[in-house]
Amino acid sequence: MKLLTSNFLKCSVKACDNSNENFPLRYDANCQLQQDESIDCNPEFLINILERVDWNALVQVASDLGNKSLPPQKPELSPGDDLTDDDLAIIRDMHSLLIQTSIVEGQMSCRNCGHVYYIKNGIPNLLLPPHLA
Amino acid sequence: MAELKEQEYVHRVYDEIAPHFSETRYKPWPVVANFLNSQPMGAIGIDVGCGNGKYLGVNPNLFIIGSDRSSGLIQCANEINSRYNVLIADGLQLPHKDGTFDFAISIAVVHHWTTRERRIAAIAHILTKLRPEGQALIYCWALEQNESRRGYHEGMEQDVLIPWVLKPKKPTKSVKAAPEKVDLSGIPLHERAQYVSEMKKKRRQELRKEQEELEQQQQREASQDTRYRFYHLYRRGELEEDCKAAGGTVIGTGYERDNWYAIVKSATK
Repeated sequence: MKLLTSNFLKCSVKACDNSNENFPLRYDANCQLQQDESIDCNPEFLINILERVDWNALVQVASDLGNKSLPPQKPELSPGDDLTDDDLAIIRDMHSLLIQTSIVEGQMSCRNCGHVYYIKNGIPNLLLPPHLA
Repeated sequence: MAELKEQEYVHRVYDEIAPHFSETRYKPWPVVANFLNSQPMGAIGIDVGCGNGKYLGVNPNLFIIGSDRSSGLIQCANEINSRYNVLIADGLQLPHKDGTFDFAISIAVVHHWTTRERRIAAIAHILTKLRPEGQALIYCWALEQNESRRGYHEGMEQDVLIPWVLKPKKPTKSVKAAPEKVDLSGIPLHERAQYVSEMKKKRRQELRKEQEELEQQQQREASQDTRYRFYHLYRRGELEEDCKAAGGTVIGTGYERDNWYAIVKSATK
């Protein structure tokens, strides 16, 4: 599961929709991460994706996983069509974080109801047990 | 009740047939491929009921999260391409953020819910995931498929169980007559002809019995190797009705490969 995916995942429990705590999920600090350097960077793709990223949620998840180095505000690219060196550095960093980093094993839980979801072999399981479904 | 039926005739079956099913699902349907290829660079979407993920790689310039109720099929997707973004989730309890996605596809999935109420709820649930103006492409198996070998057509029962025959594990062998020398040394000469004829008759009976037993066994195995999936076959116009009942505005409809499809957006936004 790519780190970017965490930016789109909330708790499956419907009742948690009434709270503001069901997104993002809380990621266990012991989650096992993997870096896949072989995924090529497509700057145009990444710029569009970055626009859609909920930055606060990303900062929170990265922090859960032990990365406290993200700035509090979403990095902004320079205006104009041409990419500066600074822009390219931002794009590379974001590609590395959002696309190349994935969670292979571990667990995450809802900040509202506390339900735990497992990630195995890179696949998160968001199914609910019958009593919560 | 509906949940139990879906558990038995959809969820369990797909987990059991997943590897074989996956082998047969690799060719993207043209309308779906066009829909995905018409999305702009960096668009984000969901594939609800993605199966083995055959649509997740059609357009590499998209970020698509595929989900399926069957962990077996998601396992297949992950084995086909570990870069696919997949997760296991129920179509009526999707964990994706609401009001967020540019597009959604759900191909040959909604027809598996066993009541109209639940099929409409499933479509409505997909629509909640779209941003305003976001579009969903939904495919369901058609009742009108006169061209296909199954021959379903107007007027037939729409709620059906469709057999899936699993691949045989190994070829079954047929009975061969064992060449057997008859020992005639202790038989008086004038009785030998009758003795041989009786022996042959006995042998034929034995063979016939063995053959019958084998056929019975093959029938038993065949029934063990068949799984039944529930389908609601959509008649002309029905998918559009369900999309509207789900609170959607239908932008386009059509028919492709024995399926009805509809492109829908949320009407409430």
